[in-house]
Amino acid sequence: MHRQYLSEDTIAAVATGMGSSGIGIIRISGPEAVSVASKIFTPKGSQNLETCESHKLLYGHIVDPQTAQRVDEVLVSKMKAPHTYTREDVVEINCHGGIVPMQKTLALVLQEGVRLAEPGEFTKRAFLNGRLDLTQAEAVMDIIGAKSEKNLQLSLYQLEGALSKSIDAMEDTLIDLLSFIEANIDYPEYDIEEVSETRLVETVSALVKKTKALLEGAQTGRIYKEGIATLILGEPNVGKSSLLNALLMSERAIVTEIPGTTRDIIEETVTIQGIPFKLIDTAGIRETDNIVEQIGVDKAVDWIERADLILFMHDINKPIDAEDQALLDLVANRQTLYLANKADNLNTADEGKLGSPWMPISVLEGHNIDRLKEQMAAVVLSGKVSAESDFLITNVRHIRLLELFQRALEQALETLDSGMPLEMISIDLQDALAYLREISGKQIDEAVIHRIFENFCVGK
Amino acid sequence: MTYFAGNYDVIVVGAGHAGSEAALASARLGQKTLLLTINLDAVAMLPCNPSIGGTGKGHLVREIDALGGEMGKIIDQTMIQCRMLNTGKGPAVHSLRAQTDKWDYQNAMRSVIENQDNLTLKQQEAVELFVDGGKVKGVGVQTGAVYHGKTVILCTGTYLRAKIFIGETQFYGGPGGLAPSMAFSDSLEKCGIPLQRFKTGTPARVDKRTLDFSKMSVQEGDVPIVPFSFDTEAIDIEQIPCYLTYTNEEGHQIIRENITRSPLHLGDIKGVGARYCPSIETKVERFADKDRHQVFIEPEGRYSNELYVQGMSSCLPEEVQISVYRTVPGMEKVEIMRPAYAIDYDCIIPGNLTASLEYMGIEGLFCAGQINGTSGYEEAAAQGLIAGINAVHKIQGKPPLILDRSQAYIGVLIDDIITKSADEPYRMMTSRSEYRLLLRQDNADLRLTPTGYDIGLISEERYQRFLKKREQIEAEKQRLQQVLVRPETEVNSWLASLGQPNLKNTFSLAELLKRPQITYANSRLVDPQRPELPQPVWEQVEVQIKYAGYIDKQIGQVRQFQKLENKRLATDLDYRAIHGLRIEAIEKLCSIRPESVGQAGRISGVSPADISVLLVYLDQQKRLKEGSGDDHS
Repeated sequence: MHRQYLSEDTIAAVATGMGSSGIGIIRISGPEAVSVASKIFTPKGSQNLETCESHKLLYGHIVDPQTAQRVDEVLVSKMKAPHTYTREDVVEINCHGGIVPMQKTLALVLQEGVRLAEPGEFTKRAFLNGRLDLTQAEAVMDIIGAKSEKNLQLSLYQLEGALSKSIDAMEDTLIDLLSFIEANIDYPEYDIEEVSETRLVETVSALVKKTKALLEGAQTGRIYKEGIATLILGEPNVGKSSLLNALLMSERAIVTEIPGTTRDIIEETVTIQGIPFKLIDTAGIRETDNIVEQIGVDKAVDWIERADLILFMHDINKPIDAEDQALLDLVANRQTLYLANKADNLNTADEGKLGSPWMPISVLEGHNIDRLKEQMAAVVLSGKVSAESDFLITNVRHIRLLELFQRALEQALETLDSGMPLEMISIDLQDALAYLREISGKQIDEAVIHRIFENFCVGK
Repeated sequence: MTYFAGNYDVIVVGAGHAGSEAALASARLGQKTLLLTINLDAVAMLPCNPSIGGTGKGHLVREIDALGGEMGKIIDQTMIQCRMLNTGKGPAVHSLRAQTDKWDYQNAMRSVIENQDNLTLKQQEAVELFVDGGKVKGVGVQTGAVYHGKTVILCTGTYLRAKIFIGETQFYGGPGGLAPSMAFSDSLEKCGIPLQRFKTGTPARVDKRTLDFSKMSVQEGDVPIVPFSFDTEAIDIEQIPCYLTYTNEEGHQIIRENITRSPLHLGDIKGVGARYCPSIETKVERFADKDRHQVFIEPEGRYSNELYVQGMSSCLPEEVQISVYRTVPGMEKVEIMRPAYAIDYDCIIPGNLTASLEYMGIEGLFCAGQINGTSGYEEAAAQGLIAGINAVHKIQGKPPLILDRSQAYIGVLIDDIITKSADEPYRMMTSRSEYRLLLRQDNADLRLTPTGYDIGLISEERYQRFLKKREQIEAEKQRLQQVLVRPETEVNSWLASLGQPNLKNTFSLAELLKRPQITYANSRLVDPQRPELPQPVWEQVEVQIKYAGYIDKQIGQVRQFQKLENKRLATDLDYRAIHGLRIEAIEKLCSIRPESVGQAGRISGVSPADISVLLVYLDQQKRLKEGSGDDHS
């Protein structure tokens, strides 16, 4: 099943990341934009989103239509076509409550049947609808190309670990089942066991159960790792743990216990100016003389590779020796902030001690911690590392696709229950497989046909 | 010495299943057509299994027939057994398969060809393809004759530099003991057509008198027979049974002991074989845990003692074949009449074809059948028909006939081979179609006969019959909406007999037919005014009503699909100059040269983002063409 590439349905995504103001915007574009927003938005007073005039800002709350619970306090602007960015009806929801409510709001929008926008899709629509002029076409194509590339990388990155294993296992089960069904259909005369109703029900129900568990996990945030992967690196006793704690204490933290990570690593998520940073502290490593020796060069390289941002700490009172230099060489090509710690009596002399690009700080005294946070946010907002909206998109995207996957499976069970023949059930299961493969970014290919020939001895 | 031997509109090289359909279509559409075969006795030969149809393949035959091709009519005339497969499953996957008398089949097709106006059949081995300035000019043959042609259709099957393998016995040879075509490949390569090597194989043929059928189970044909052709009224023949037996561990052991003598093990076979056509040694090796494999014994004809041993194709040495075959129950004393063999041969890279089956870069050259890397008589015939039609359309300046994936298995077949770089011979399967529910074998005429009529391959008389059938179907569907079934005692006892709950309200019979247990046939009781209709009509009515929900869902998907199919891409597009495409996508797009954005999306390595980029690019080009540098709404 092909995703829809043409501008007819209604799409939504986080349009701008949480900037310094702490506000993030969810943009909905397409014919259903206003009606969908009306279902989840309760304006204050007697105002009404559906009937109010265009280009008007309304204040109110996002309310989950199922639980009637308030999700966030928001400003909603309604803009009717054609005077909008995409030249379609557009609703923008300005979320105030931070990452989690924004994510929840987007999820509610998608549950109303809106499709999550592909990378660059608003811009694409703006162009296809004649909003952008011809000279901008190439820029538009570049944006789509670059955004999707980044999105794919992020998505794959997020898919590592437990979630990825679950998705792979479910995909494997489903392909097995489909190949079984298809072998039955295409090789009716061969010695292949008939697909029994019991086996179908059991397999599909087990997949539904597993998906439900994954989705519940997603709700409580146990599965998804989030934020800019920020590695705190430096020699032993330079103050890495203290920096982590300092950053955590001063900010509203979304603390996530992540099971299954390497026991030596501590991971905490903190939002700075609305941007989630996943701080990775190597402090859990047993302190020895040489960190590179201790963990092995390969592992250090691996961590450095995975990090979006590196906070490199050094004791301002020590010269850079050969071992430090070895570590510095490893991060040379990465997005790195160089921190000269223990500048406890912060003065102008400190600035010059190690020279540029070292920034003197004192975790102990709290010197320059705010400046560090500003710099961390600035690096993200300048686009040098991935903006958090991408993280949100990929997360919400996974959740949404899992929901659709579950629905297709349930549809298969209904089809089975209504006594329909095997090839009808196959249609539902193929839909399910397509959703699952979209999560992993794999193309629809001939996986089922390949599996038939792997598993069954058929053919003349 | 060469000599000029005549001008033709269409020259078809090879008179197998692809060539026969291609030549007939071309001649019937009024073009002067030459059909060359390496051996006149090999026209429409069935060098492998003596059957036509099967899952997916039966659909293809129905489609060929619905468009005005010949295969369905010939198999109806020459079949010796017929079965509808998959009747235990839903209508989309019902598939016809018939055993045929090989000699009758060939003779029937040859007779049609020989008596077709505008068509000349000659025994001539093509040795040279003439191409000049990117256009095909004609064909030279072994005797020196040079035929000029406006178009040429290559249907060379498995003959190009064909090599036979029977254990250590290896020689250049075509299928079924015929001569190979040794010179033509060189000429194709000189014309800039790269070739690859594929492999296939066939089991031994054995003497009927040396088998003991009492140790096998009998497989009878269906009564009554459902014909392939929509033109055939009924088939009343004495059917000949097939038999089923099994290999066993003893035979497997002999295979394992001698596996090193397989040319595959010796590394002699260069061609790539198909996984769906495994030799018995491949089955034993790859599925070591299976203690037996099925063996179907199929008659080669009504009057011959030759039998085809389906399931035991092999390229082991002849003496090993004999030992293995003799371990099979009922085959203890078997005499082999022709040994099993593997054959490898040259074929083109089908990604170099357009959807009309014309070769990219050589105008007027078309290819069909196994030369395109497919396998199977039905796949070949389907391509032959399309290539024949499109060669004619080329000459007549008409747009090519391109069936898309939502219209026909033929469309799926051609789109697959030109889009996906298959690394093994391609066989049709119903699983390959994403719109399987729409592409049923029972509605092939509804899908394609209007097209066949427009092209000119369906006669006025047949078309009128088709229109009548279509009207009857629509009228009956309408009528069933009006037939009301009320919650009365008689009705409820009828429902109870089917295990159905009592009615509480009045329903239309069309509504009730959606329940799995209620059929058109068993609902006659509550439908006293029912008209007498031919079975193909009421069957169609029943399927269309019963599965309407799913059919509508697929029709919705097809609408989406067609939007992207309708976004055409020029085959000379410079993908390197398009911003935002990824390198992998650029390479794939340059090699496959898709004709629509939809096709581009099916190329492995082209991502959804690349498709978005292409859509923006197309819009940019459109606006440039319209000359409006700024906004439009």
